Amino acid sequence: MSNRIPAAPQPWPETEIFWKAANEDKLLLQRCPATGKAFFYPRTYSPFTGASPCEWFQASGRGVIYSFSILPRAQPPYCIAYVTLEEGPKILTNIVTPDYESLKIGQSVQVIFVESTDGQKVPMFEPS
Amino acid sequence: MSLKGQAYIVGAYEHPTRHAVDKSLSQLHVEVALGALADAGLSIEDVDGYFCAGDVAGWDAPGVGPTSVVEYLGLKLRHLDTTESWGSAYINHVEHAARAIAAGKCRVALITQAGRPRAEKMSPELAHRLQAQTAPESQFELPYGPIVTNMYGMCAMRHMYEHGTTSEQLAWIKVAASHHAQHNPNAVLQNVVTVDEVLNSPVVATPLHRLDCCVISDGGGAVVLAHPDVAKSLNKPLVTPIGAGFTVKHLNGGYFDILASGGVQTGAEAFAQADVRPADIQYASLYDSFTITVLIQLENLGFCPPGQGGRFVADGGLISGVGKLPFNTDGGGLCNSHPGNRGGMTKIIEAVRQLRNEAHPAVQVPSCGLALVHGTGGQLGARHGSATLILEREE
Repeated sequence: MSNRIPAAPQPWPETEIFWKAANEDKLLLQRCPATGKAFFYPRTYSPFTGASPCEWFQASGRGVIYSFSILPRAQPPYCIAYVTLEEGPKILTNIVTPDYESLKIGQSVQVIFVESTDGQKVPMFEPS
Repeated sequence: MSLKGQAYIVGAYEHPTRHAVDKSLSQLHVEVALGALADAGLSIEDVDGYFCAGDVAGWDAPGVGPTSVVEYLGLKLRHLDTTESWGSAYINHVEHAARAIAAGKCRVALITQAGRPRAEKMSPELAHRLQAQTAPESQFELPYGPIVTNMYGMCAMRHMYEHGTTSEQLAWIKVAASHHAQHNPNAVLQNVVTVDEVLNSPVVATPLHRLDCCVISDGGGAVVLAHPDVAKSLNKPLVTPIGAGFTVKHLNGGYFDILASGGVQTGAEAFAQADVRPADIQYASLYDSFTITVLIQLENLGFCPPGQGGRFVADGGLISGVGKLPFNTDGGGLCNSHPGNRGGMTKIIEAVRQLRNEAHPAVQVPSCGLALVHGTGGQLGARHGSATLILEREE
């Protein structure tokens, strides 16, 4: 079964670093300079304090499924999920697996990078 | 400042259409406005405050929507409020209107809502995507295909995981709504459904079935609030807001709990203002975009402890005359109407009917004096505006 091809994201100047890294199979996060807390999604000013600049760093790519929902009648079917990253924040994503039936909340997953409609890679996750 | 007695809801009207192929969006707004004003015994010339949200024609063209609809309605205003928070906006507008009246900004406040997604063949998914393109989160979300049903599916999946909630328990919410809708000749779905029928309907986004979803319908509604001097000159029961709360719940940089909606905050605030408790509420209008929306709101508002929503709704817990908390006695968004994919206005209207003893006799709560209205506008499992309103009938 072929996997769904994700719609291409529309990067903004403040997020180009994230998408460039994704094309190199790296998942980047940012940290609030005042609290040191990692956050997602990327932006110029910290969502916790408004502080900047927010340092970029490479995430481990490991996380666990916080919740998910499968669209069984989509063509092809796909699974949307929130994954809690090892670094703390949750990220909206897709879980890619040949076996949707086996997915469980709390399951460990690992980031993969999937080409979108214009070739830009986007982070997704698969069971690890 | 306490809301009680500052202003009264004197007019309420729900448009009977559910498929408005022959009416423009602005026409629906004027028809609900005139309907609510007629209900109040007032006319368009009496209105000096107007409240609308993102459903007015031309909203997506900067500067056009609100002024266009004011012109179309022919209003002469002293006060305009266009606070937008999707389906919950109108519930918030009632508080804003009461406070504007108390502050002397206006004496007669009109709130309208309308939509025709069915006539326009506009799915909620498409509407969301059209509006979301310039939002800062869109590039990090749209590639993954969030289409409303699967975002609510994730809420239900997590609730089942944390609390053992079952699809049968969720189905009871639809069953309760259908028991009420059988008495509403305008409802989109008028047949009583069983738990099995909900479970046997196709899965649209795991674990939600088609019958866990609300209907897609055209229509709308309006309410009118008035200064106490005006209200007491009219021949209507006196219904006043006594407590209200509003917030925007969002993903907070990636740290959030999808089972804790903005209702946790807005419910606590509204109950504190009103100085009543959940157990005092005789009727509740709860936003019901999906069955899971109702379940999570019941817990968040304090009608039952976190995780106990499934037991609360099972076995007819929400059916008028049967359960402990009659809800959405018009059939709600699940069966009656979800006009313009915005369910807040119809929630207010049914609460007013209950407090005026004007609901259908089969679903009317005896001596209903205290009602709650709550809305989740946007997405429960992501960012949304939450609004709670507690209404009292003054004797």
